[in-house]
Amino acid sequence: MKLLRMTLVLLAAAISTGPLSAADQSIVLASTTSVEASGLLAAILPQFTAKTGITVNVVAQGTGKAIDTARRGDADLLLVHDPEAEQQFMNEGHGATRRQIAWNDFIVVGPAEDPARVRGGNDSVAALKAIASAQAAFVSRGDKSGTNAAELRLWKQAGQSPDALAKEKWYRDIGGGMGQALNAASAMSAYTLSDRGTWLSFNNKGPLVIAIEGDPRLLNRYDVIELDPQKHAGAKLAAAKTFADWLVSPDGQQAIGAFQVGGQKLFVPSAAAPK
Amino acid sequence: MLPALPLVAAGRISRDAPALYKAGPSTTGRRVELHDFIQIVELSLGVSFTATAIATAISLPLGCGLAVFAFPGRRLIVVLTNAFFGLPPVVVGLILYLALSRSGPLGFFEMLFTPGAMVIAQAVLATPIITALIHRASERAWARYGDHLISDGASRLQAIPQILAIIRADIITAVLAGFGRTVSEVGAVILVGGNIRGLTRTMTTTIALQTSQGDLSLALALGAVLVGISISISATVFALAGHARTAGSDEK
Repeated sequence: MKLLRMTLVLLAAAISTGPLSAADQSIVLASTTSVEASGLLAAILPQFTAKTGITVNVVAQGTGKAIDTARRGDADLLLVHDPEAEQQFMNEGHGATRRQIAWNDFIVVGPAEDPARVRGGNDSVAALKAIASAQAAFVSRGDKSGTNAAELRLWKQAGQSPDALAKEKWYRDIGGGMGQALNAASAMSAYTLSDRGTWLSFNNKGPLVIAIEGDPRLLNRYDVIELDPQKHAGAKLAAAKTFADWLVSPDGQQAIGAFQVGGQKLFVPSAAAPK
Repeated sequence: MLPALPLVAAGRISRDAPALYKAGPSTTGRRVELHDFIQIVELSLGVSFTATAIATAISLPLGCGLAVFAFPGRRLIVVLTNAFFGLPPVVVGLILYLALSRSGPLGFFEMLFTPGAMVIAQAVLATPIITALIHRASERAWARYGDHLISDGASRLQAIPQILAIIRADIITAVLAGFGRTVSEVGAVILVGGNIRGLTRTMTTTIALQTSQGDLSLALALGAVLVGISISISATVFALAGHARTAGSDEK
């Protein structure tokens, strides 16, 4: 019976203009796989919805795709982590405000047997050089995500261009999300760059362990970007602003800081930090 | 150094005990709770039923009409319909994504990332399958009974419902094939639905998500549920169809 009702509701939705009418207080947040897969948004969104009555529908994509979704006007708000791509989005005039809400860090993970002999250090660029000269398997996201962009910046510092890497057999571009990359690295005993949040909440680590951490170049900052009202008049900007403001408010920052997986803090709230 | 000491320290602990970590249910929001699960199954079935119903409503007259009416270009439509059997879901998803985007031609509907968009995508995928199967059955029935129906004074248009009545067992097979296509695909719904928790997350997109989080056993369990549901729906429909055929047998 419930199913029938559901079917009818969906049928109505398919025929009419969709279930999101103007009276509906819901926004589409284009965000990255890391904040969704780590469970951060699932943990903090109920608090926001309880306070404001606004539902936040999260479409989790790589940062590149998320920014593109917002550029097309299919999202009301952005929460991403690729400073260079974000700056370009702002320069194009799509964004109105860009505020940092939290940070954590990237780590290099790899097989416990450590064929490139890099484990235990904190110099990510030296580690990538060692991986390249050992021709040890390395999995790249290859999906224009924030993590992929960070990885390519590190390779550049290690003297490797994306074109040169693409020709190497040991460099495996899987074109997928963080979880897929970790699944692939786990199956192939390869190194990869991961954000710490996804790594900690990932359940198929296999032979993988953390190889490199604590390098200042591995800083991973998350920003919330409100859209420009002129370019995106159709977006639900007022409700989006309410959520963006909440994220940087003491309440939101406290919620982000309180989020833990297995007793570990995954994100450090940083709205008040110097930029 | 960045002020990451707590994180680094935390990382060290995790390095020493890499396999011991398990996601706690209360902190992660990642476990599929029962009410989430029921909602996911309901949405999957609701979207697929609706899409199959729409596809069937299009396919019945179209498939039968292609057999009964002769017109220039009929052959081409039949060939295309059969070719679209293998329409890649991800291509359908991409085209609909671009069309339904706020900056696309159908953007004013505001349907991207809603269940309605998923219904459209699945209906597009199911229609060629149901149409082609109904066309084949109608063609056979028309070859056999067509002259008889026309000589009884029926027009070709009036013959369509009669042909459909004759091939009702084939219609069930066609509709089930269409339903199987819709309920099992992931490429189109994840693009146009966005896999939004509580709104557009279906069984297949949940399986993709759980796999990406390394929860392979949970993904496999959900896969088993999906297969089980598909089998029971097919079995139920076939059982009902069997009854219908026995009950209606004295008409022949």
